[in-house]
Amino acid sequence: MTVTTARTVVTIAALTLREAARRRVLRALAVLTVVLLVLSGWGFSRLAAESGFGTLTSGQARLVASQLLNLVMFGLSLIAALGTAFLAGPTLSGETESGVALAMLARPIRRSAVLLGKWLGLVAFGGGFVVLAGLAQCLVVWGTVGYWPPQPAAALALLAAQTIVLLTLGLLFSTVISPMASGVVAVGLFGATWIAGVVGGVGDVLGNDGVARVGTVSRMLLPTDGLWRGAMHAFQDPSVFTSFGPELAAFPFLSEAPLTATYLAWAAVWVAMVWGLAAASFLRKDL
Amino acid sequence: MATDHTALGNTAVGNTAAGNTAALREAADLVAGLPPASAVWCSGLRKRYGRRPAVDDVSLEVGRGEVVGLLGPNGAGKTTVIKMLLGLVRPDAGEAMLLGRRAADPAARARVGYLPELFRYQPWLSAAEVLALHVRLAGVGVPAQEQRDCLSLVGLAERVGDRLGGFSKGMQQRLGLAVALVAQPELVILDEPTSALDPLGRADVRDIVLALKSRGVAVLLNSHLIGEVERVCDRVVILDGGRVAASGTLAELLGQRVLRLHLTDLSPAARARLAATGDVEQAGDWFTVALPADDDGTAVPDVVADLVALGARVHAAEPARISLEDRLLGILRAGHEGGAGGA
Repeated sequence: MTVTTARTVVTIAALTLREAARRRVLRALAVLTVVLLVLSGWGFSRLAAESGFGTLTSGQARLVASQLLNLVMFGLSLIAALGTAFLAGPTLSGETESGVALAMLARPIRRSAVLLGKWLGLVAFGGGFVVLAGLAQCLVVWGTVGYWPPQPAAALALLAAQTIVLLTLGLLFSTVISPMASGVVAVGLFGATWIAGVVGGVGDVLGNDGVARVGTVSRMLLPTDGLWRGAMHAFQDPSVFTSFGPELAAFPFLSEAPLTATYLAWAAVWVAMVWGLAAASFLRKDL
Repeated sequence: MATDHTALGNTAVGNTAAGNTAALREAADLVAGLPPASAVWCSGLRKRYGRRPAVDDVSLEVGRGEVVGLLGPNGAGKTTVIKMLLGLVRPDAGEAMLLGRRAADPAARARVGYLPELFRYQPWLSAAEVLALHVRLAGVGVPAQEQRDCLSLVGLAERVGDRLGGFSKGMQQRLGLAVALVAQPELVILDEPTSALDPLGRADVRDIVLALKSRGVAVLLNSHLIGEVERVCDRVVILDGGRVAASGTLAELLGQRVLRLHLTDLSPAARARLAATGDVEQAGDWFTVALPADDDGTAVPDVVADLVALGARVHAAEPARISLEDRLLGILRAGHEGGAGGA
């Protein structure tokens, strides 16, 4: 990479972060996150006080805490998904449509460098948000019910990876379709994959291979749900399945198995592939 | 390249190496002595959108320090030509060079300033931040003071720190001009630079273009305002239906100048004096005389003085030239009639 290209990438990444900070996206995200944290903090403290963690066995208590933590984290990943998809969407197609891109791309810079800069800026923003908000949520749970996830770092990294997958997809869509549509389609696919994952889990429990395959296939096509399940597994108490049995696999906010290295590699390849497609599409685009 | 040659020289006999070095130096001197390549050069540019050809075999050139106007009706392909030059649109065929480098190479745009027809800048940035961003992207070191001067030049000195979200269309266009000028360009491409400006702003743009010209900066100006083009451009290229309909200097395109005279008491001697100047057309008391092509500015006063000396009474004398607008309309109409006849 030449010096010029590196400078372009850094400049555009910084610009993307500044855009995120100055636009309403950041404020909206911050408000949603604070609301979610406060509500979950209140919920967890009521849970501890009323239903009485004292009357539950320690295993039950950990199960409840794990499930609730995963539930709240799902809300958080949804906020991150919405935020980044609606940030990644307008960033390319919006700038192309409005004419902002014309003057910028007439500078002596490569389009691939611009795309890489945008992507890095979005990764820093989306990843940073998920990690910070996720950490805050873990602290809330720890403070209220005294539960600390077994692998918080891995869990937060997987949540960030899920966000990266989704924003890369949003970036690809934004090179071909209109700003709003790209955000909507990315978030829609994210939801569809999650549902397919739940359906797959039900299939697993029922022993129906056909139904189970729905989840597997969707997790390959769009790795958000697979990464999400990996993150859940790292958040929840490892003894949950040993003490309550594998029937819980169908439950959407618990995950039976950790991620395999192969799946992580596939997710990385998937991101590289989709990024490559976005670059190919952006490079050929007439402005 | 150079190192390859030296390497070859080293492996050969010493004499040959010395000879090669001398030849290389000679070649370098020859290249250095060449005039700089044109600011813009393109040949056979073509672009289709679906079935409709937007640009069909357009070739044009803008010399260093030259101001060239691009004229033509809506949909003539002017903006598409500009976008192809800047690498924003991929041509289907043809070659383009900017400042001596292939236009497909981003580095060719290092010294090019561009104001797009559809201009918008990041609304969450301030005017000064937009300029700083473009300076960084251009990879040119422009001191902060020079950037501020650039904003003052376009009349935005008071709004340096304001976010663009609150800027009017005209002010955004002024900022666009500053963006085009800020990175010490050798070529400035302005696509409808006055579409959102008031008459005062248009006069400013005219002054800016003339200042660029005096500094030796080449300008390619696309404008609907023919008067503007007529005042600042050295040459004009007229596009119609994606093709070059006509091009040349204003004098070439507009042809001869004429003198319209309102005369009474015209003696035969005075008539002969008129006829000696050039072709004469008469309508009542009004005479239109073609002025010689090599007129150095003395023809009009000389004719008037001689006519008065010969006893004619001169009520009015109006030097005139066929306006660029008339000429443009003539060219476009002729083209369309020709097209209709051919079809």
